[in-house]
Amino acid sequence: MNNPIYQLHNIRQLYRKREVLQVDQLEIYPGEILALVGPSGAGKSTLLRLLNFLEPPSEGRIIFHGTTFRQGKEMPTSLRRRVTTVFQQPYLLNRTVAANVQYGLRLRKNPNSHALVEAALAQVGLDHLAQQRARTLSGGEGQRVALARALVTQPEVLLLDEPTANLDPYNVGMIEKIIAETNREQKTTVVLVTHNVFQAKRLAHRVALMLDGSIIEINDVDTIFESPSDPRTAAFIGGKMVY
Amino acid sequence: MNEMSQGFIQAIKLIVSSDPELWQIVLLSLQVSGIALFVSSTIGIPAGAFLALSRFTGRRLLIVFLYTGMGFPPVVIGLFVYLLLSRSGPLGQIESQLIPRLFTPGAMILAQTIIAFPMVAGFTMAAVLGVDPKIRLQVRALGATRWQTTVATLSEARVGVLVAIVAGFGSIISEVGAVMMVGGNIENKTRVLTTAIVLETRKGAFELAIALGIILLWLTFMANFVMLRLQGRTVDE
Ligand SMILES: Nc1ncnc2c1ncn2[C@@H]1O[C@H](COP(=O)(O)OP(=O)(O)OP(=O)(O)O)[C@@H](O)[C@H]1O
Ligand SMILES: [Mg+2]
Repeated sequence: MNNPIYQLHNIRQLYRKREVLQVDQLEIYPGEILALVGPSGAGKSTLLRLLNFLEPPSEGRIIFHGTTFRQGKEMPTSLRRRVTTVFQQPYLLNRTVAANVQYGLRLRKNPNSHALVEAALAQVGLDHLAQQRARTLSGGEGQRVALARALVTQPEVLLLDEPTANLDPYNVGMIEKIIAETNREQKTTVVLVTHNVFQAKRLAHRVALMLDGSIIEINDVDTIFESPSDPRTAAFIGGKMVY
Repeated sequence: MNEMSQGFIQAIKLIVSSDPELWQIVLLSLQVSGIALFVSSTIGIPAGAFLALSRFTGRRLLIVFLYTGMGFPPVVIGLFVYLLLSRSGPLGQIESQLIPRLFTPGAMILAQTIIAFPMVAGFTMAAVLGVDPKIRLQVRALGATRWQTTVATLSEARVGVLVAIVAGFGSIISEVGAVMMVGGNIENKTRVLTTAIVLETRKGAFELAIALGIILLWLTFMANFVMLRLQGRTVDE
């Protein structure tokens, strides 16, 4: 395989002295879709925040493109801007839909933003809503705007935190299609957090199961689903894990 | 009763005929409060945003001071500025262009700036605190620098910041005690709407007092009206 884009070493994350994440080692490779599955509170969102350099790990380090991110060391803006997150809720700014999608480009002073915004909105099928106030959108529309807003910056790494939770099948299908296309065509690296093991199966190349802040098993998608090495993985995949 | 309706009719005449004495007072009021509002907003909005967004030791204490300042009797601030600027006061002894003299518009601007500052800063802080922290996380995830994140947060809180400015204006345009003390209510020099109303009423010149009162009411009404309009636009759209 290629050189990893991310290398995590001995990561610990503590909130008020409570350890919620411990990842001794994790590599993420360019161009892959890695799904993080696991029950509520397993630390999936926490791991995504670290991968987007939104907070430093309490202990350990993350190497991204050879640059180390750890406690007391900020990531340079130019590197941070290669990564972005779509959160479980869209968190839209109180502006128009178009202004929301344009936001990341304005931060980067991209001169071509109008055409890019149009294209991104067309991609999620919302070009007709460009001038609507973002806060008046439905849940599914809002999530698609959030996805367009992330995609328009052409990230090298796209972090998705349950992007289709609480959405209807139409919106789920559309978002999944866009994720798969973006990964295939732009070679975007995707880390996808999902509760839904079937979604992981549909989209991911590799799957990691997280439990209580640890990665229990990480393997390519077929292995995880056909011959998991950890009984807890089998239980989770089989829907027998209570959470 | 008759005296009142007479005064009212005369007052309308004064306003309609754009009486020079009347307009001088109105203009000075707007100048003094306008400059004071500008200065207190220039300092108060960043200060409020900073208090809302940063974490440092002593922050809680500063916030308590700020809230105290919002409810502080303006007349006490007048007294403070008076003592500061009086001949024997710490600033009064310094000969400098930058330090206003007592009984000048400059002294009134200083007093009003101090009165409006906690209003602007306090309301701005509350508005910024009202922005979901997750929005800041999202903005940061989209690649914003710390400064850009602060700007985006203030932009999300823009209605509240506007309310802060209008509240600051309301607190000084209708204030009497402090400007009376440090301005001295000198005819043609430091008489503003509120202090002129006091003086004209005492003199028995009700028509001018009522005319000034109408204009003061109209100004505060307009300030609130503009605020509601802007608020409505950002909420409804
Ligand atoms: N800012 C915080 N302060 C304190 N505790 C936190 C904070 N953020 C997360 N936690 C805790 O860390 C643990 C992991 O949370 P996290 O959000 O990463 O879980 P998750 O796997 O994403 O769960 P879910 O599937 O419900 O979204 C939880 O127990 C949570 O309460
Ligand atoms: Mg989560």
